[in-house]
Amino acid sequence: MDIFLQQLINGLTLGSVYAVVALGYTMVYGIIQLINFAHGELVMIGAMVAFTLIGVLVPAGMNPLVIVLLATACAIPVCMLIGYAMERLAYRPLRRAPRLAPLITAIGVSIILQHLALLVWSRNNLAFPQIIKTVSYHIGGATITNVQIAIMVMSVVMMAGLALLVYRTRLGTAMRATAQNAQVAGLMGIDINRMIAVTFVLGAALAAVAGVMVGSYYGIAHYQMGALLGMKAFAAAVLGGIGNLPGAMLGGLTLGVVEALGAGYIGDLTGNVFGSNYQDVFAFLVLITVLVFRPSGLLGERVGDRA
Amino acid sequence: MALIGIVLVALPFALSQAGTAWVRITNLAILFTLLALGLNIVVGFAGLLDLGYVAFYAVGAYAYALLASPHFGLHLPFWVILPIGAAVAALFGVLLGAPTLKLRGDYLAIVTLGFGEIVRIFLNNLARPVNITNGPQGITGIDPFSISGVSFAKTDTFMGAMISGPMKYYWFLLVVLVAVIAINLRLQNSRIGRAWEAVREDETAARAMGIDTTQIKLLAFAMGASFGGIAGGLFAAIQGFISPESFVLVESIMVVAMVVLGGMGNIWGVILGALLLSFVPEILRYTVEPLQKAVFGRMIVEPEVLRMLIFGFALVLVMLFRPAGLLPSAVRKRELAERKA
Repeated sequence: MDIFLQQLINGLTLGSVYAVVALGYTMVYGIIQLINFAHGELVMIGAMVAFTLIGVLVPAGMNPLVIVLLATACAIPVCMLIGYAMERLAYRPLRRAPRLAPLITAIGVSIILQHLALLVWSRNNLAFPQIIKTVSYHIGGATITNVQIAIMVMSVVMMAGLALLVYRTRLGTAMRATAQNAQVAGLMGIDINRMIAVTFVLGAALAAVAGVMVGSYYGIAHYQMGALLGMKAFAAAVLGGIGNLPGAMLGGLTLGVVEALGAGYIGDLTGNVFGSNYQDVFAFLVLITVLVFRPSGLLGERVGDRA
Repeated sequence: MALIGIVLVALPFALSQAGTAWVRITNLAILFTLLALGLNIVVGFAGLLDLGYVAFYAVGAYAYALLASPHFGLHLPFWVILPIGAAVAALFGVLLGAPTLKLRGDYLAIVTLGFGEIVRIFLNNLARPVNITNGPQGITGIDPFSISGVSFAKTDTFMGAMISGPMKYYWFLLVVLVAVIAINLRLQNSRIGRAWEAVREDETAARAMGIDTTQIKLLAFAMGASFGGIAGGLFAAIQGFISPESFVLVESIMVVAMVVLGGMGNIWGVILGALLLSFVPEILRYTVEPLQKAVFGRMIVEPEVLRMLIFGFALVLVMLFRPAGLLPSAVRKRELAERKA
């Protein structure tokens, strides 16, 4: 029971991060049906920028909390800018091209970003500065740290903010209209190109924050950290029903919990034939299973075959 | 034709003047060409983007390594193992294809990517409880090829000329390459090849014409995979050592980049793409390093990083400015021109 509770807490923490990243995938997919393969790299760059800034600011002797918030506040615009550039240069010219074309440029962008990051931040594992002192609380035999609580709270706040923006503002209405039918939305006087750019930029901002969250949770930043995380978040988005915002949140949390519980129990269930080193397999198994049995995901509507 | 043949056969003598390393590099380039041709069946002919192609390469390589190394004490000859490797890889292709082929193109791409990762994770971890793959350490001491007692690993003297191991592999690879090209050319214009093209252009219409689309797509996966398996077996023999590190996602993407750059669906284009993306980075390795040291006094951009940046930019720029590749296939070209209009 203790293990269960502990893994649940770990799973929900990781799941909140997946959910935030998955939102970026789902928003972009919802509006232009593109799998933005390079989205994971934005998470990585967010973490890296924050890492650098924290390193610079710590000697200045400021309050640790202020430093982290400042670093996040700087990482966000950097990622937004890259997200915008990505859309403008690599995806917009291909909006009418066959489906696979933008997917291939997305892979290219992902490789370019990874290796530019390698040039800037080296190929080493960078120790993410743990400037906020970790405090552990005990509940029913399991421990939860203040970092975990902060991650969960942050992600809930961001999801709520995004939901407000998308469902309660004029901008959100215009975005949803574009997602539903770009042509008609254009006829209604909505600047479609702007809406698509806004979607990318919003997703990038979320990715930046997610980067800081992952960095401070694992205590490590690496130029390839975004690839696997991105794929898992994509799996989460598909699990929830791609194109569907509440779906991405649900999918992220579910995937996090499945992964944590899976890693916690796989050893016992298989008589130690498989161990927790198979943790990364779960996300892909979930992805394949969902796509085969319920391609529309948990909350998605049926998507027609538009290949 | 005959002239090209003579040049290709004599090439290793010229290359070994520049150092045996260049013969090895050429061998790797041919291996990648084989991979690119195999992937071209899946991506170019049938239009299914496979981002986990390296999994089949890995399966072939491990099949060879397990059947011809001290790891299990098995030492079967290569002409027995290569077909086994191809068959096992094809089986994996069907295993991956069967549940996923009804997915739409971009979903399929991601699932294949996940499949590649799953294979790699298993290779990394199948050292316990039964040691099958020897985990991250990989398998060493893999037997080289040998034909009637002549080992491919040693240097021999034949009619006064030094014949090094890599040179022997080069000729073997050349034969395999010619065979694979011939198979591909025949396939392209066969009933199967035309069915693939039909599925690629319009699946619904193809089905209406009586093509069993699932079968034909599965066939593409299996055939592409079997070529990957053969290339993997050759790789294991040439290197003598394999580990899961050789089969990471980046390798898959490299092969995709070769196919895309050269021209999806055009055999000669794919060969050009594979050779370009194999040799240019190597040439850069020998020029960029001294150049940087001379100009800046130290290394700023490692050749390895530069190589990956070239791959990345190749993918993006080709898609933006020449979506059909350097040597486009005629059908693709027409198709792209029509869509733009």
